[in-house]
Amino acid sequence: MIFTIAWREFRSLFLSPLAWAILAVLQLILGILFFYILIVVYGPNQDKYALMEGWPGATLIILPNFLTLAAFLLLLVVPLLTMRLISEERRAKTLTLLFSAPISMTEIVLGKYLGVMLFLLLVLALVALMPLSLLLGGRIDLGVVFAGLFGLALTLASFAAVGLFISTLTQHPTVAAIASFGALLCFWLLDVSVQGTGLVAYLSLFNHYQPFLQGVFDTADAAYHLLLIVTFLTLSVRRLDADRLGIA
Amino acid sequence: MSTEILVEVEHVARDYGDRRVLRDIHFSLRRGEVLGFLGPNGAGKTTTMQILSGNLAPSEGRVRIAGHDLLDEPRAAKSALGYLAETPPLYRDLTVDEYLDYCAALNRLPRREQKPAREAAKRKCGLEEAGGRLIANLSKGYQQRVGIAQAIIHLPSLVILDEPTVGLDPIQIREIRALIRDLGREHSVILSTHVLPEVQTVCDRVLIVHEGELVLDETIERLDRHMKTASITVAFHTPPATGEIERLPGVTAVQPERDGRLRILHEADANPTAAIVQLASERGWGLYEIRPGRLSLEQLFVELTTEREPSAGDDGRGPAP
Repeated sequence: MIFTIAWREFRSLFLSPLAWAILAVLQLILGILFFYILIVVYGPNQDKYALMEGWPGATLIILPNFLTLAAFLLLLVVPLLTMRLISEERRAKTLTLLFSAPISMTEIVLGKYLGVMLFLLLVLALVALMPLSLLLGGRIDLGVVFAGLFGLALTLASFAAVGLFISTLTQHPTVAAIASFGALLCFWLLDVSVQGTGLVAYLSLFNHYQPFLQGVFDTADAAYHLLLIVTFLTLSVRRLDADRLGIA
Repeated sequence: MSTEILVEVEHVARDYGDRRVLRDIHFSLRRGEVLGFLGPNGAGKTTTMQILSGNLAPSEGRVRIAGHDLLDEPRAAKSALGYLAETPPLYRDLTVDEYLDYCAALNRLPRREQKPAREAAKRKCGLEEAGGRLIANLSKGYQQRVGIAQAIIHLPSLVILDEPTVGLDPIQIREIRALIRDLGREHSVILSTHVLPEVQTVCDRVLIVHEGELVLDETIERLDRHMKTASITVAFHTPPATGEIERLPGVTAVQPERDGRLRILHEADANPTAAIVQLASERGWGLYEIRPGRLSLEQLFVELTTEREPSAGDDGRGPAP
């Protein structure tokens, strides 16, 4: 049942030009950024790096920069994908179809979430193509690449969970988009104010993304993302239930 | 129609904040019965339909469908019902076939049964030709049909239709009504409407709600008989004093009407027609017309929904008693 809803959600994204436009623009901008990092930042200093002692390798120069930018760009894009999830159905009054069918709120929420995640995995695959294209001309540290991509996948999953929850709060997709964008940015920026110490810094998404980019897989970081996802999905289910109970 | 009880609604109430919009709604529905749910706008019809379909939880009371409590066993209860909301829940960017397949899957029909179910639902709703068309491009009448097809695709025992003919043209209305009558052969139907003839042509039983309360629960047959026999209308060339007629046994009131006719209200089991005809010929009143005064459902509706005192302990909006 979850997959039925997920598949329908995934396909409906492609029924409007939005998904295509997002994929195209994202790929263009990421391509330019990748090119910039490769040719402008890394290229001219290539020889200098090679003489350095303890030279970490090209992958650790290029990849963290690239994936940090990619994550930031996707922070802007994910709200556009999640904004319609529930709010649009609420506005078009199609939510009754799901509510009067023999399916639970949890299945509805998980189905919607999975639908968006399918799309984000597609985005992730396109992002992955760029670092992997370096294989054409040389060797890269695949361990670092996959740790980084795994970190990006977790981060995107967290973004989507927050976006989904905010979409259950309103019936205006644009409001959902702006609010999700704001919320994600706050999650991201929590760190800046306190310079990386204390509880507030611990809550920052950024701090749980960076280690992956250095090729470090820390279960604590993965757990942070999973907790965030579970929390927001649970809140979404609760929110839809409250809808039915009429608690405004 | 069997005697099996399909739906039991027990003392359902619903609050929105401090405002109680439904109080003590209770009725039951037998398998194969078509129930008309009637009331002026804002009386609580849609709220009741939403509660019956599981879209809203009642604040008090409970609803059982096919023996399953809607809150405790939602999955079992919801597989037995199909619901068409006031605004049909249509995905405008899908074709009719895609949409109905999705609905079939949502209602947990096994994959190999989905296509036959979709075709059967389309046949019943006259959508055979429309399968490949985008829902957004369909006329309102056809969209309504898709909405009904969606509600019956899993052959539920109970079909709930909330104002299914609103906004349709007269021909479409007739078609949808015929469709609802057909549905009544295989399914129980709860039909909410404020169109009175709809209830008279389609339903077996009628409930009237007013300000969130049930004010009438009667079968159409009994209602018809009741309405037919409660009054007669007579016209005389030289009308007598109303007192002379009022004295007749069984007569409860005589009301002169604007066009000179008299409306005589009487008790249901004592029809004074014979006595009036006899008196008229004896005393030379010049009787030229006498007919059973059919109180229309409309009059009944107006009586029930306008002449009631606002109940005490209301939601605070009504005037003080």
